[in-house]
Amino acid sequence: MIIVENLEKSFGEIKVLKGISASFEKGKTNLIIGQSGSGKTVFLKCLLGLLEPDSGTISYDGKIYSELSDSEKRDLRADMGMVFQGGALFDSMTIAENVMFPLRMFTKQSKSEMEDRVNVVLNRVNLPDAHNKMPSEASGGMQKRVAIARAIVNNPKYLFCDEPNSGLDPNTAILIDNLIQEITKEYDIITMINSHDMNSVMEIGEKIIFLKHGIKEWEGTSDDVFRTDNKALTDFVYSSNLFKKVRAAQLKENK
Amino acid sequence: MTYLENIGTYFLMIVEMFRKPTKWSVMKTLILKDIDDLIIGSLGIVAFISFFVGGVVTIQTALNITNPLIPQYLVGFATRQSVILEFAPTFISIIMAGKVGSFITSSIGTMRVTEQIDALEVMGINAINYLVFPKFIALMLYPFVISIAMFLGILGGLAACVYGGFTSMDDYITGIQTDFIPFHIVYAYIKTIVFAFILATIPSFYGYYMKGGALEVGKASTTSFVWSSVVIILLNYILTQMLLS
Repeated sequence: MIIVENLEKSFGEIKVLKGISASFEKGKTNLIIGQSGSGKTVFLKCLLGLLEPDSGTISYDGKIYSELSDSEKRDLRADMGMVFQGGALFDSMTIAENVMFPLRMFTKQSKSEMEDRVNVVLNRVNLPDAHNKMPSEASGGMQKRVAIARAIVNNPKYLFCDEPNSGLDPNTAILIDNLIQEITKEYDIITMINSHDMNSVMEIGEKIIFLKHGIKEWEGTSDDVFRTDNKALTDFVYSSNLFKKVRAAQLKENK
Repeated sequence: MTYLENIGTYFLMIVEMFRKPTKWSVMKTLILKDIDDLIIGSLGIVAFISFFVGGVVTIQTALNITNPLIPQYLVGFATRQSVILEFAPTFISIIMAGKVGSFITSSIGTMRVTEQIDALEVMGINAINYLVFPKFIALMLYPFVISIAMFLGILGGLAACVYGGFTSMDDYITGIQTDFIPFHIVYAYIKTIVFAFILATIPSFYGYYMKGGALEVGKASTTSFVWSSVVIILLNYILTQMLLS
């Protein structure tokens, strides 16, 4: 379980996170939603240890991050997998080498053992024949799937995804969302996804946290989203024309 | 203030470069790749420039010796001194600041822009050690490049001298053997090692700490070339004062 308490982070005079508290459970896909500039990425980077919060604590299964030694932090990070918005694949390596990279860095497995594991995860993300391609030869959707494969190859306990379906067509976006949710259940891990895509919210959001101007404005499940009377959230949800029409239809039905 | 901050960050980066080393099996591959990119990949341009600049130094010297009392072998002597003391270690290093320096800054800068460095850090890898240390080790072979530059510079001078009809081959060879001081070679290699360190670290610093997008990668490459050149020229002056005066 990841527990965040009173997390605050500023850049100069600008307060980006203002006392956020939340908890995230194992085997669930947790979505952090909010408009651009709401503090989602900063929140995720604090959880990953890429940014140091000004105050507040983050604990991973009882271990408070700021109290860990450097080597304990390194060990903890080996348990984290991250899917970056742009994939962040190493462009000097093939897809297989990218996926194998965490194994080479953190395990003492033989080459054949590593190759077997790479085959397993590439098959899992439906890329059985992509081993020798360079990242530049892969499509956006393929790159995201490779990034997911790299993130799970070392059996992480925590999976973080920063807008994993941005820039993808709706069908591929749904495939990626479903893949992340399946992997969360299969590996029994804590998954946290930053998103402003309402399709993702409805498809896989088991727990949703809505951030606005660095404050946790709302928390609930995907079913609660349409029942809430939180104005900030409804404004956010119904900002797209599609959802406005759905809302209008719902209201009409209710009458 | 920004300059002082940058200098401080640069030295912290150097300390960080030696901490939390990357697994040797991975580091070995990175070093070999950087030797190929930075050393082997530079040999062509270094050889070309050295040969022709050596020739030009010889022609200029020969054309400026008009006094019949000055011996003809002085052309070879002057070429040797120019090439060994300044041209090979310093002039080639400035060229390398452009070629190798921009390569290092742009490749690390692009990794920063595309979040590849963040990916390394999330995995708990010391990204500075992973990215900068292999370049530093690869550039410890830089004296090999400078040796080739010295040899080809003097050879270019010989070719220009003989085929241009300025002096005979015997005079030129006598000149390059006259008053040879072995410490000058030591001096040249000391400079080379110091410049190699600068070539590995300053461009890495500008790549690693850059912020922004593709345009900023270009700007960082230019800034890295300017500052590498400035530091090389300043250190050249200080080392010459310390070692030769």
